Amino acid sequence: MLKSVYNWIDERLDITPMWRDVADHEVPEHVNPAHHFSAFVYCFGGLTFFITVIQILSGMFLTMYYVDDIVNAYKSVDYLQHKVAFGVIVRGMHHWGASLVIVMMFLHTLRVFFTGSYKAPREMNWIVGMLIFFVMLGLGFTGYLLPWDNKAYFATQVGIQIAASVPILGQYIETFLQGGEIVGAQTLTRFFALHVFFLPGALLALLGGHFFMIRKQGISGPL
Amino acid sequence: MQDHNKEKQSHGKPVKRREMSRRQFLSYTLGGTGGFMMSLPLIANLRFAVDPLLQPKAESDWVKVIEVEKVTDTPTSVNFEKNVVDGWYESDKGFGAWITKEANGDIFALSPICKHLGCTVEWEKNVNYPNEYFCPCHAARYTRDGKNLAVAPAPLDEYEVKVENGFVYLSQIKPNTRVE
Ligand code: FES
Repeated sequence: MLKSVYNWIDERLDITPMWRDVADHEVPEHVNPAHHFSAFVYCFGGLTFFITVIQILSGMFLTMYYVDDIVNAYKSVDYLQHKVAFGVIVRGMHHWGASLVIVMMFLHTLRVFFTGSYKAPREMNWIVGMLIFFVMLGLGFTGYLLPWDNKAYFATQVGIQIAASVPILGQYIETFLQGGEIVGAQTLTRFFALHVFFLPGALLALLGGHFFMIRKQGISGPL
Repeated sequence: MQDHNKEKQSHGKPVKRREMSRRQFLSYTLGGTGGFMMSLPLIANLRFAVDPLLQPKAESDWVKVIEVEKVTDTPTSVNFEKNVVDGWYESDKGFGAWITKEANGDIFALSPICKHLGCTVEWEKNVNYPNEYFCPCHAARYTRDGKNLAVAPAPLDEYEVKVENGFVYLSQIKPNTRVE
């Protein structure tokens, strides 16, 4: 049944070659943990992506309950965590995943650094990777405010003060991030928009570039 | 086009024609139109996003905080509420200030917001630093006038102060004017 559906589509759109481009590629021996166990260090990039997918999915589901309004934000988080079935798990995934993705990304960066994989011709991919790193930090920073509890509020206060210490532009960055003169209602909506639309959009575009370049250039050789 | 060029050449001087090829013309016009069409939503959206930067600073009212007699040369902490309009959300927000009387009787009020990263400073909070404001977060210290002694990059901000009918009133926060 599934096979015939696939064939029906394939006859019309010829999707098999596309599919092969994505999935069918060389996995060299030196990156395969089945050959050398130490090759597990090559898994961190994939793990980062795996957690990113979890973050996107759990985040999408969290927005079914969350509201980005200072009166109700905390209450909605409290409700989805304690009253909704599996709320602890869904929010837990998003909460712990946020830290784990940074850890994995850091390990991935270390691997790339120590195997020298950033060298020519892969410099551009290193730069894209760094941009991904900053977008991830941005996602962490903007997401931290959303529960609108004391920790979130003061962490954002401090974070914005750090941004405001940039010479000359500082105060404009501050007002722009706050959406006004204080960390308040407009800051929360702004951070929510950045957290669920702007930064994920940028992240997906960068990830697309990252993976395209890996496929184009292949996995770097052994040490 | 080539024929034109040949014609001219036969008259003697070779003339270079600065003509636009069809391809160039099309890429300019289509590119221009496309750019124009994209710029409309882009400009609208960007202006929308940076609106807070272009809003005038809100004027704040005078708030009565303490009787003049209670202010001494030792900083006194006062807490008060001020109506704050945050976009569509209006509320009374708590503020704090440290009020001190100078030797000549003038009264000044410092904001307790640490100029390092925004924690709250307190007068003589740390027993090791008498006669100073101390911030518990990263140990910034300030003098009685708010001059930054350690950690913080700037002196404590000051409130606009006025004294009327035996009461101290505060309004806007401004940069410190007591130290350079
Ligand atoms: S915030 Fe006061 S010392 Fe860092």
